Amino acid sequence: MLERIYRAQTAMSSACQTLGRQVNIMEVCGTHTVSIFRCGLRSTLPEKIKLLSGPGCPVCVTDQSYIDAVLALAERDDCLIATYGDMIRVPGKGGSLETKKTNNNVKIVLSSEDALQLAKDNPGKEIVFVAVGFETTAPATAIAVKEAAAQGIDNFSILSGHKVVVPAMRILLSEKNNKIDGFLCPGHVSVIIGYGAFAEIVEDFNRPCVVAGFEPMQIIEGLAEICRQLNAGKPELKSIYTAVVTEKGNPAAQKIIDECFDVADGYWRGLGKIEKSALKLKDKYSRFDAFKRFNIVETQGGERDGCRCGEVLCGLIEPQQCQLFAKSCTPRAPVGPCMVSSEGPCAAWFKYGRKKQA
Amino acid sequence: MKKGDKILLAHGGGGQLSDELIRHHILPGFKNDVLAELSDSAKLNLASSSICFTTDSYVVKPLFFNGGDIGKLAVCGTINDLAVAGSVPAALSLSLIIEEGFEFELLEKILTSIGETARQNDVDIVTGDTKTVEAGAADKIFINTAGIGTRLTGIDLGPNRIEAGDKIIISGTIGDHGMTIISQREGIKFQSKLKSDCASIAKLSRQLLGKGQSVKFMRDPTRGGLAATLNEICRASAFSIEIDETEIPINPTVQAAADMLGFDVLNIANEGKLVAVVSAESADDCLNICRGNGLGKEASIIGEVVQTCDVPVVEMITKIGGRRIVQMPYGRELPRIC
Repeated sequence: MLERIYRAQTAMSSACQTLGRQVNIMEVCGTHTVSIFRCGLRSTLPEKIKLLSGPGCPVCVTDQSYIDAVLALAERDDCLIATYGDMIRVPGKGGSLETKKTNNNVKIVLSSEDALQLAKDNPGKEIVFVAVGFETTAPATAIAVKEAAAQGIDNFSILSGHKVVVPAMRILLSEKNNKIDGFLCPGHVSVIIGYGAFAEIVEDFNRPCVVAGFEPMQIIEGLAEICRQLNAGKPELKSIYTAVVTEKGNPAAQKIIDECFDVADGYWRGLGKIEKSALKLKDKYSRFDAFKRFNIVETQGGERDGCRCGEVLCGLIEPQQCQLFAKSCTPRAPVGPCMVSSEGPCAAWFKYGRKKQA
Repeated sequence: MKKGDKILLAHGGGGQLSDELIRHHILPGFKNDVLAELSDSAKLNLASSSICFTTDSYVVKPLFFNGGDIGKLAVCGTINDLAVAGSVPAALSLSLIIEEGFEFELLEKILTSIGETARQNDVDIVTGDTKTVEAGAADKIFINTAGIGTRLTGIDLGPNRIEAGDKIIISGTIGDHGMTIISQREGIKFQSKLKSDCASIAKLSRQLLGKGQSVKFMRDPTRGGLAATLNEICRASAFSIEIDETEIPINPTVQAAADMLGFDVLNIANEGKLVAVVSAESADDCLNICRGNGLGKEASIIGEVVQTCDVPVVEMITKIGGRRIVQMPYGRELPRIC
């Protein structure tokens, strides 16, 4: 293993030397961010390799207006909110789902299937599933919606905050941060969409895109591959996560996404409104669409006071450059979502990268 | 008692039903002279007037899990707190808060487990209390145990004795209890392969304390896991701690379950492990003592106490040779989205 690490480090150092400057690589996926911190990878990299955490943590990129809409639903006596665990501490208007949970109208679920079961078990309540995540969780939401339709479960709806990842990468490069030299592409998403989906980033923006798994060695070798391409001046599309990622991905999962969702414009924290970046329920499933059922209008929400999560997600600043970081914003009392989710860049910096005890 | 019989509010009312519950269902499992008196307080004759005294409440859900149940946990947990403080557990109290409607059959199972675990550890249940509450006011059953242990002579454990160079020993794999509970609660499919480490470490700790003053400090890393315990040691001693990831024993199924949910195994609870800070020269002997005990077969020296540079901190050298901080956990791990 040590020899492989050494070879990877050499490739990274050569790229820095050839380019004669700092090399900025963005890991798009939150799971990569956490893995990088947990294995202390940053401390082993050449000084001029800079890792930027991208918009790949589902909780973090969810717009504030969506959070506030969920909190408003949690206030209603007739609603029971079913949510993934890492959403519950995201603050918004009047608190967070964690504070609303004391009224017994918020349940943590591990899957959309559990949410559907809640609907069956609580016929007198409206069960709203907080459906967030990328192409990884969207198929499971779609299955739950189809099941609800097939079984005639009318007290179930989803508030789709599902997003697709490639349009966000395009906006990042074209409008937000052109200093990104290459992408370590998300492994989980690629299982579904296939690594071929990132080809347009290589073609249109001339940036290396390498799909890697989540083991430390996969990440190190993914970074080394990006650096080799930069060194040779030939950006390419490559997957080194060959055990599970194919070029075309999982057609069955893609099909069920297509059957249930339309691709629509979506609001992202930090990135704003992005064309064709969100998954909205098709009209034929509109009775399961919580936006329609509860007349919720989507808008662009602003950041909470002083919060710079948006800039963090674009790789423009590191978390500790935010004046709230580790002061008024901690995992115990988060101001922004990047400090809430275990996969959020601020939480990872706070947990693994900081010396001073809070 | 018939199958399907349930606890009624009146079982806690102090009248005939209470008396019947205590005499027919609770007392037979815990026979000892002190308890048999049924006086308002237990009268104890202890080997020493220097004692350790602790209390803990148990609200685990599910009540029965692979490797144990709430009864076994309530006895072992309190015994372990006494043991790692350098005492020999002598007597326990047992308080039950039972939700109306709770099945007698389950209560019997829990009481049997409590009786067996106490006997196996030579500890008597000497006093107790039973309350019943309305349906919905508690979740099936809550248990409190308090315990008294007699302090071993010549043993002085405390963070003030910790110094740079001391070694840190963990008595076995970490995260087994917490991941078993979480997986069983969440219905994760490989739950059958996970087993709680719920056990009494009293014998193991006493064997270790046979090394006398070489053992400086002990803790059982329960809630908050190894990360919380190491941070507590750090804070209390004002020294830093450096641990080596490759030396930390983790059951691969526990690791897989934690990875799936996005949990850090260092933060996950244990219920049958101890962390010992021992002098450098005694470390190998202490490790061998652990490994000679059935509960400590996978014991490992995971790191050492080091001088503090800036603020006291727990730092881990990772498998790839990187370094990262091990923070005090927030309090609750949240399963991630994907």
